[in-house]
Formats: sequence, C-alpha cells, structure tokens
Amino acid sequence: MQIIPCPYCGVEAEETELTYGHEAHLKRVGPDSDAADFEAYMFTRKNPKGVHFERWRHSNGCGKWFLAARHTVTLEVFGTYPAQTTEPPAELVEKIKAKCPEWKGWK
Amino acid sequence: MSEAVSALKGESHTGFATVAEAGLTGMVTIRADLGSKTLADALGPMGLSVPGLRGVVAADGRSLAWMSPDELMLFCGYDEAPKIAADLTAAFGGEHSLVVNVSDMRSLFVVSGAKGDEVLMKLCPVDMATLPQMEMRRTRAAQTGVAFWRSGPGEIRLICFRSVAGYMMGLLEVSSRRGGEIF
Repeated sequence: MQIIPCPYCGVEAEETELTYGHEAHLKRVGPDSDAADFEAYMFTRKNPKGVHFERWRHSNGCGKWFLAARHTVTLEVFGTYPAQTTEPPAELVEKIKAKCPEWKGWK
Repeated sequence: MSEAVSALKGESHTGFATVAEAGLTGMVTIRADLGSKTLADALGPMGLSVPGLRGVVAADGRSLAWMSPDELMLFCGYDEAPKIAADLTAAFGGEHSLVVNVSDMRSLFVVSGAKGDEVLMKLCPVDMATLPQMEMRRTRAAQTGVAFWRSGPGEIRLICFRSVAGYMMGLLEVSSRRGGEIF
C-alpha cells in the first residue's frame, strides 16, 4: 500500500483511492514527424528500476489528475505536483538528486 | 406531478451505531471559479461563503461543501433546490460555470452514535482519528465513491450516488452490526 498526497485537495490518499496513469511528461509528436519518432512517442515507455515520473488521478476523491515522482523499488514518493506543468519543479528535482545520487535526470 | 421519494425511503438500522438514509435532501452542485466575486455575491444572501480547502460551512439549515478546486456542493431543502439552482445559474450569467440540481442523483446517509467512526473505518481508507469536524472527505467505501463529513457531535453525513444507495445501505448495515466494534 502506498500513500500519495494529492496536490489539489491535500488529502494523503491511499493507493486504492487513486488511479495510475502511466508515464508523465510525454510530448506528443506531430503529424510531420517520421515513423521512428512516432513509434517512440506511441509505444516506447521508460521502465526504470528507480525514480519514475508518473501520472495519477485522484479518482475516488477530488477527481483531478496530478503528477508524482516515485521510486519504483523503494516505493518512496518524492513529491506530487499539478498536471499543468511541462517539467518537474526544480526543487523536486534537487530533492531527488540529493536522495538518489545515481539518478540520471528526468528526461 | 409524481410524488418524489428518496432511494430507500428513510430506511434505518441500529447496531453499535445508527445508520439511516436521510430521505429527500436538496443537493446542488456548483462548478465554477471558486474565487469568483459573482459566486461570493450569490451565496452571500444565504449566509454562506465559499469554504476553504475541504471545508464545509453551514447556515440556516443549509451547508456548502468544498468538493474539488472548482466544485462546491450545496445541501438544502429538497423543495428549494430547483429554485436555488435556477437563481445561481441566473446570477452567473455568462460567466463560465455549471450549476445543477442533483438532488435526485445522490443519496444522503447519516451515521450517528459514539462509535459511528468505526462503521466507516471498516469501509474507507481514511484516518478517522485525524478527520476534523466540518471537513469534507471524498473517498471510497468498499467499491463505491462517497464523500462524508462530521456534521455534528457523534454524527457523520455521507453522500453517494443514488444508483448505489442499496449497496451503500448494505455496507453500512453490516458494518454497524453489534459485535463488530473495532475498539
């Protein structure tokens, strides 16, 4: 069981209150892109043993989508932030770097 | 006009706590910018103001609850709900908003008694010990979405969709049976 704080309603939401929404910060590749880029956008997902940025929805709660940085092995939740962002907040990135020196960055 | 009835017509059960369907209750959902002056002005005459994060405010038998960053729920008399919804819609005018009378779409339950918390502890992933008075908590009860708040001493009010009212009453009734106390 994991507890993830919802950045919209501030509830310390338990996992069963939430819905997992897969990898965050995907950038859609437009119609002018080549096939390899589109394939990467469509199918190629990160599957790290470590820090992972992902989307979650507080489905049995306020109903909002938000983003979370989570460690896939220790299940530590580093932080959550609203979905209206194109990249993780700088302070969160610093926090993760301090905790996981081997982490190579979110991109 | 047909006679309006609530989903379970006020069914109630008493175990170590009392669980009851509250009967017909007016509920109006308001989706808008919660910082809007129009909204504050429209709520003013009812003695209500926009509640803070997860808050519930009450005045003159009506309550207003914070449901999400852009949604409020107003609890009022069943008969006055259509007029309140129409008045609020008119007050918003062209401002981006949605006000709907959802009285017949939701069911309200009341869990009362000193051990009322324990009824919900078995159903919801919520730390009941840290839930203050008049704080709206949206969560799930077993398999269905609910929202509840402490509306008074030893009293919890809970809403769910009307379509799952029978299921909800089943959950509450079993959870509140004598011998099933946690502490």
